[in-house]
Amino acid sequence: MKHSMKVNLQVWRQKNAQAQGNFENYSVETNPNMSFLEMFDVLNEQLIHDGKEPVAFDHDCREGICGMCSMVINGNPHGPKQAITTCQLHMRSFNDGDTIVVEPWRANAFPVIKDLSVNRSSFDRIIASGGFVSVNTGNAVDANNILIPKDIADEAFEAATCIGCGACVSACKNASAMLFVGAKVTQLSLLPQGQAERQSRVVAMVNQMDAEGFGACTNTGACAAECPKGIPLSVIATLNREYTSAKLNGK
Amino acid sequence: MKLESKIPEGPISEKWTKFKSMAPLVNPANKRHIEIIVVGTGLAGASAAASLAEMGYKVSAFCFQDSPRRAHSIAAQGGINAAKNYQNDGDSVFRLFYDTIKGGDYRAREGNVHRLAEVSTSIIDQCVAQGVPFAREYGGTLSNRSFGGTQVQRTFYAAGQTGQQLLLGAYSALERQVGLGNVKMHNRHEMVEVVTIEGKARGIIARNLVTGKLERFFSHAVLLCTGGYGNVFYLSTNAMGSNVTAAWKAHKAGAYFGNPCFTQIHPTCIPVSGHYQSKLTLMSESLRNDGRIWVPKKQNDDRHPNNIPEDERDYYLERRYPAFGNLVPRDIASRAAKERCDGGYGVGPSKMAVYLDFKYNMMQKYGRTEASKHNIENPDDATLLRLGQEVVKEKYGNLFDMYKQITDEDPYEVPMRIYPAVHYTMGGLWVDYNLMTTVPGLYALGEANFSDHGANRLGASALMQGLADGYFVIPLTIGSYLSGEIHTKAIPTSHEAFEAAENRANERIQNFLNIKGTRSVESYHRELGLIMWNKCGMARNEKGLNEAIAEIRALREDFYKNVRVPGTDKEFNPELDKAGRVADFLELGELMCIDALNRNESCGGHFREEYQTEDGEALRDDENYKNVFAWEHTENNKWELHKEELIYENIKIQQRSYK
Amino acid sequence: MGVLSFLFSSSIGRKLVMAVTGVSLIAFLVVHCAINACVYFMDGGATFNAAAEFMAHNLFIRLAEVGLIGGLLIHIVQGLSLTLDNMKKRNNKYGAAPKRSNSTWYSRSMGLLGTILLLFLVMHLKDFWIVSRFDAQGGLTETKTLYHFMVEVFTNPVPVTLYVLGCISLAYHLLHGFQSAFQTFGLNHPILTPMIKTLGVAFSIIVPLVFASIPVVLHLDLIK
Repeated sequence: MKHSMKVNLQVWRQKNAQAQGNFENYSVETNPNMSFLEMFDVLNEQLIHDGKEPVAFDHDCREGICGMCSMVINGNPHGPKQAITTCQLHMRSFNDGDTIVVEPWRANAFPVIKDLSVNRSSFDRIIASGGFVSVNTGNAVDANNILIPKDIADEAFEAATCIGCGACVSACKNASAMLFVGAKVTQLSLLPQGQAERQSRVVAMVNQMDAEGFGACTNTGACAAECPKGIPLSVIATLNREYTSAKLNGK
Repeated sequence: MKLESKIPEGPISEKWTKFKSMAPLVNPANKRHIEIIVVGTGLAGASAAASLAEMGYKVSAFCFQDSPRRAHSIAAQGGINAAKNYQNDGDSVFRLFYDTIKGGDYRAREGNVHRLAEVSTSIIDQCVAQGVPFAREYGGTLSNRSFGGTQVQRTFYAAGQTGQQLLLGAYSALERQVGLGNVKMHNRHEMVEVVTIEGKARGIIARNLVTGKLERFFSHAVLLCTGGYGNVFYLSTNAMGSNVTAAWKAHKAGAYFGNPCFTQIHPTCIPVSGHYQSKLTLMSESLRNDGRIWVPKKQNDDRHPNNIPEDERDYYLERRYPAFGNLVPRDIASRAAKERCDGGYGVGPSKMAVYLDFKYNMMQKYGRTEASKHNIENPDDATLLRLGQEVVKEKYGNLFDMYKQITDEDPYEVPMRIYPAVHYTMGGLWVDYNLMTTVPGLYALGEANFSDHGANRLGASALMQGLADGYFVIPLTIGSYLSGEIHTKAIPTSHEAFEAAENRANERIQNFLNIKGTRSVESYHRELGLIMWNKCGMARNEKGLNEAIAEIRALREDFYKNVRVPGTDKEFNPELDKAGRVADFLELGELMCIDALNRNESCGGHFREEYQTEDGEALRDDENYKNVFAWEHTENNKWELHKEELIYENIKIQQRSYK
Repeated sequence: MGVLSFLFSSSIGRKLVMAVTGVSLIAFLVVHCAINACVYFMDGGATFNAAAEFMAHNLFIRLAEVGLIGGLLIHIVQGLSLTLDNMKKRNNKYGAAPKRSNSTWYSRSMGLLGTILLLFLVMHLKDFWIVSRFDAQGGLTETKTLYHFMVEVFTNPVPVTLYVLGCISLAYHLLHGFQSAFQTFGLNHPILTPMIKTLGVAFSIIVPLVFASIPVVLHLDLIK
């Protein structure tokens, strides 16, 4: 497996939010055990060496949990393999000589900062609008006072594994954020601790989501298919149900 | 300056209680006029910012990532300790306190650690109340597992993503305060200077990483919750952006740096596979609950692991430490792996790896239980394996997937290959009992301070400490200082101290851009990492450390001559951000080596080859080194050593033994 | 109105309207399909005509028809405005289409399929509905029944082709729309949801197939 390989890249370059962007072509010598981002490190090293500007891209933990990396690779957010992030993608998933198109998340609610980096603060504002349990530090009762059946806890956990990367938005033809919002709403509406604010939460979060300029869901399922953490489409059903019931209750 | 730890008087179990009832407070009306800056939004930062804002303080929080939720606490896998004794297995606050002091090889403060053990139980309550979905039993109660260095089950967890769930809990509390207008959040901002006026911390200069602009922020107190500096080794389990810059600037502004050489090398990481590698991935310590570590008994044994018969395998941890077996503390497990690999028993292509094998427990522990549950009598090996695999999948599925993704090998079939890697830094800014550094008004929380872990941190204790500091310690201890600041009006940021600090930052930036050399920042970082790993890593000696110091100095000099930082300072420029961070690592690295050189003993993660017992265990020198090294930066890369004597009144110091 | 304004303003409210009207249209399709299938009695259209007659003159049906048309109009207007709004959420389009498919083409093309269906509907209403309702005196007589009328229209291969194409659009529209409506209602059940999905697929194949078969068999003169 130690053989080297060469790939041709078409990378989106955009100076800043206002600038017009365009694709630039590069070719990189890599090897199959390299991660996709390490391949970009090599490209940047090469660009710096040649006196050119390196490609700006977001990344941090490089182990698939922080949710910062965000490349659309050949039209798929986080690349050709399912249930992983870009940083977990390895070059062995490509062939020698492949041409790979790399673009940023594209959505009006995620404006490009530079090249492949985008601004996802809209997600923070959605959480700030209601994605929490209002409990000040020190107000808690003993953790085992409220029993939670294992299957409910597991289901809440499954929804809570969302890493907030935004792949769902980038994959959706409508740039809808409902998988992200649905995951948080599902987690908190399942748990006893989330009941007090159950209805006001979902309404506030959906209002904020709409105000941020995300599109409406048309149930294509692209979000769940591209989600690196496998958040299921059913969280959107839950979101719909929770929201409708809250609205019909006059929230 | 004399170091005052300010530990309250009285018996150990009453110190914190007494402190709580006597601590000076700030009344609600005054809190509204007091501003606090929190740098970093991991477990410590997010929990501190949220809790202080809930109390009524005006908080500004900063993170260099695009969202506070990205902080690297998110990557913690295994769990969080708390002395709940839900398992009725003999746990108590005292036992957690004792285990932590012993695990840290008697180099932590009794008062701080006892407080940590006391508040540990409230953390779990608070997190559950926030909706953190911890793992549960069928009856609905919380589930626990074991971690290294303990004989009770006190670790709470959420699959292999405990850090993520805890951070998202703290993040949601933080965002709630942002939504309420009590916290002003500054994403993609990096702190580049602490501003001090008349010796007190009065604010920071932060660089807006999107526009490049240097911005000034005033506050009555500054909290650094900026994590550890493991990235000085280049390859570590830290995130790519994790850095020492904020702590280092604080150090240069007068805060002493405590025990910089105390580094935790985590025993179970995926081994390095090539020179291009940018980071190392941890495989949670929780795997050692069910995985057995071994190497072949024969040197340079190239056989496939599945073809090596049982009696030709050396389960060296079980052999050397029968009482704790595979669950010895991290420093011991790491050194034992290094010892085997250095001796020629290593496995895999690089020979710098050992096996972590689940087959035995999959079959004998889980397979048998499942078979009995399903009423299968006399199950064959294949059935046992299949049944056991399902259980293991539920417990560690995401870790196994992660391993397969990186190595292209299936750990359900073939034992994992693992090797130690830099993971955590016990050292950090020296703080007193109030978590205040030697600069009044400047605090350090979580991994950024020199911490409660002594010379070695036990698994699942970092999350505990970060949240303890943020949720329960700082909200109370900060009152001691701020109660004296209620008359201090907001100082305009046009003050000359802000001007001077901004100029210093700007000069540094212009300097980086003007060098226009030939080498990338990354290449210097890699080279520094290699020096640190080889000479200030798992084993250290006087000769190596002296060489390392000389090499780092030379490298630093070369950096300022030949580095190439492309672009400008008026735009989003990650290379420029990196240059600032690596420049600080190039100074910190030297201090770490100096610290290691001065500590003529072995303790915990600090292993000086000159000081070891006959069977290769760390040999402490309590007579001379039962203390904290706190380094004062005197002038450009010159330091003066101060020592804080550690006093043990409740725990009898002895040779640490896990045999 | 206040309480229900979310149905026309919020993202979820708007799709809820699509789902409610969509399901009522599905219910209508069942009736329509059943009546059309009457041609297979092979009785020269007698049963079919009787059923059509009933539909045209029963007061209850006529009232329901008003509701149906209202629902249809809302489905069309809301559908078009949602599609147009959604298109504005990504001003810069992707340079590369997904190499690994993440959704079905028809789920992404509901606006397009709906528009084709709208055009088809205009043609269809002009062909049959108007004559059977408003031109009852002038259009249809004892000797020139709706059945005769239908036979006449489908002697020409052009409308036959257009009707078949319309039915194919309907099939794909339903293939996504049927199960999507229940997702929008928030139904997420371990047993019911898979059943609805299966039912939706069966419905989307059978109903358009029955519809499409009639112009074809009439054109080929396979039934009397």
